[in-house]
Amino acid sequence: MAGAIELSDIVKRYAGHVALAGVSLVVRPGEFTALVGGSGSGKTTLLKTINGLVTPDAGEVRIQGEATGAQAPYVLRREIGYVFQEIGLFPHMSVAENIAITPKLLGWAPDRVAARVATLLDLVALPKDVAARAPSELSGGQRQRVGVARALAAEPKIMLMDEPFGALDPLTRDQLGGDYRALHERLGLTTLMVTHDMAEAVLLADRIVVLAAGRILADGKPAELLATTADPEVRALLEAPKRQADRLRAKLAGEGA
Amino acid sequence: MNARLAAAWALLPEYLGWHVLLSASALVLGVAISLPLAVAASRSPRLRWPVLAGASLIQTIPSLALLALFYPLLLAISALARSLTSHGFAALGFLPSLLALTLYSMLPILRNGAAGILGVDPAVKEAADGVGMTPRQRLFQVELPLAAPVIMAGVRTAAVWTIGAATLSTPVGQTSLGNYIFAGLQTENWVFVLFGCAASAALALVADQLLGLVELGARRRSRLLTLAGLAGLAVGVALALLPLAGLGKPGSYVIGAKNFSEQYILADLMAQRLQAAGASVQRKEDLGSAVAYRALAAGEIDAYVDYSGTLWTNVLQRTDNPGRKPVLDQLTAELKRRDGVLVLGSLGFENAYAFVMRPDRAAALHIASIADLAREAPHLTLGSDLEFLSRPEWKAVQSAYDLSFRTQRSYQPTFMYRALSGGEADVISAFSSDGRIAADKLVVLSDPKGAIPPYDAVVLISPRRAHDARLLAALKPLIGKIPVEAMRQANLSVDRDQAKASPAEAASALRAKLGL
Repeated sequence: MAGAIELSDIVKRYAGHVALAGVSLVVRPGEFTALVGGSGSGKTTLLKTINGLVTPDAGEVRIQGEATGAQAPYVLRREIGYVFQEIGLFPHMSVAENIAITPKLLGWAPDRVAARVATLLDLVALPKDVAARAPSELSGGQRQRVGVARALAAEPKIMLMDEPFGALDPLTRDQLGGDYRALHERLGLTTLMVTHDMAEAVLLADRIVVLAAGRILADGKPAELLATTADPEVRALLEAPKRQADRLRAKLAGEGA
Repeated sequence: MNARLAAAWALLPEYLGWHVLLSASALVLGVAISLPLAVAASRSPRLRWPVLAGASLIQTIPSLALLALFYPLLLAISALARSLTSHGFAALGFLPSLLALTLYSMLPILRNGAAGILGVDPAVKEAADGVGMTPRQRLFQVELPLAAPVIMAGVRTAAVWTIGAATLSTPVGQTSLGNYIFAGLQTENWVFVLFGCAASAALALVADQLLGLVELGARRRSRLLTLAGLAGLAVGVALALLPLAGLGKPGSYVIGAKNFSEQYILADLMAQRLQAAGASVQRKEDLGSAVAYRALAAGEIDAYVDYSGTLWTNVLQRTDNPGRKPVLDQLTAELKRRDGVLVLGSLGFENAYAFVMRPDRAAALHIASIADLAREAPHLTLGSDLEFLSRPEWKAVQSAYDLSFRTQRSYQPTFMYRALSGGEADVISAFSSDGRIAADKLVVLSDPKGAIPPYDAVVLISPRRAHDARLLAALKPLIGKIPVEAMRQANLSVDRDQAKASPAEAASALRAKLGL
């Protein structure tokens, strides 16, 4: 079966170091994949090669079976949702205008755009009255909900997320993560999410791809990975959330006694 | 005092109209050039440095010099255009002022524009790319709107600078609020100077506040405030330009004047006679000596009064002195042959350079002639006007008498007389028709070697008006009719401290007295 996203032998060098040293990856339609790795592992660079925010030095990117080099990058980006940690809402536009931006760029009729904005606010569980507000009047969690709504506005099939919940407090983060996973199911999306938080990856993703120094170190379902990997680094990464949970349980139990 | 204020008010519509037209055009042009440059500079670090450094360099040129530099440059380009296409353009007045002020307005817009665009949050720029904007859409929908408050702050600064510097366009022949300041300084009409300053400051303040409204609108993202500010600017400019609609009709005569009282009076005299004959007249005042003649030869002014010795030494570059009549005759023939300029004739008086001392000082040092002066010069201070020391006449006198002063200082003519009476200068380079010489009982030193050429005041007519019957009919009756005493009295009435007359009043009095 053809992948929603196919990367083959992607190489990217920056002055002085190699960010991606020949990465190949196929993401199947409907899959929720987490890209994990330490800082400098190349996970963000890899994500950005997919929607053309980074141009690889070598290798090929194919979206829904088609090579991306042939068309202008902005055409591709209008078909792919993109959410990142800093959110980047346009401060001079209202929430509704922010959400409506890609449909407007695509030339949708105004009433279709308005209906879509209302649907999306509902979808990301925001009250209707935030539509007219400025982004600066929202909380961090609400802002990222708007970010997700903006990314989903033009009905993309593929979502790229770069540490989407990284700047949120733990409670909001947990809630938003769960809500997004439900949306992923409901809308039949293909999601590729970069995170450095292994617990988040294990909880949300169907598949985990571990990157280190610009190479794929491990790739598989969370449980499979833990069972099969021989690499001590990968094992340590995967076991970290479990160890943390065990310690937490022990501490909380000790205090309770 | 009230009469002078009334005279100032009467001139305001014309001066303000030109000032607004000039500054607004320069600002619009400045924004139109600077904004694309700022965008380019924000995109390319390699371009950023030279663009900003270039704009800063322009800013370091004194604004008056920048204005002055454009005149010869445009003159050369105009001559080139004329030789190529047989169509020249006016190198004097609006165009050089506009270009210089445009250059002058660029730095704050460029600097703030580049800083504003570079200052847009990188996350917002990444989001603009991420949602699928083209580079152009990103610029117009995200970067420029977000940089707008910073850019507007730069435009405000540029507007205030431009309005202030526009007062300096008067000496290159462009009417502006600077006419009050330059004319007022020459004739010691402080009401005019203050009026010009106040008008220019008020204009800058109003423009700044209206642009501030636009800036606030951009900052608060309030379309209403932005539109209110822009509408205010548009209405203000339109109102200011209204009085200009009736001016500058083609076919009106342009009378020039250099920058001292006698010139203003004679220009008024000529203008009044033309107006009495039903012609419409424009004025270009406060021109530098060299600028005035070249402007006449190029047809940018139609008539003005110059002095035979000045033309003899500066235009024909002669150093000999064959005497009053031969100088005038040769000048008439030579200027006609060279430039097609018509020397209509001498008004009947001389306004020569003269070395002048206070009587007590001259008596104490036993100085009666320039030869005597040469003996004492190493212990004395010479006060001169701004031009004299760089003129060939000075070099001629200097070498004829072997003159060498302890110190030499340059003054505005008004301040030169102050320096002489205050003792800061022992001797000054005065003009023989200056009423202050007689009024202050000053001693004019004789010139036994005839080193200073004769300076008959002559009316010059531009080549294209040389056969203009109406102009010639209006000005010819002036030839030979103004004795030096009458001119001195007229000059004094404008230059003195008490009961000052305006140049126009002095011209009227002169006409009445001489029956012109």
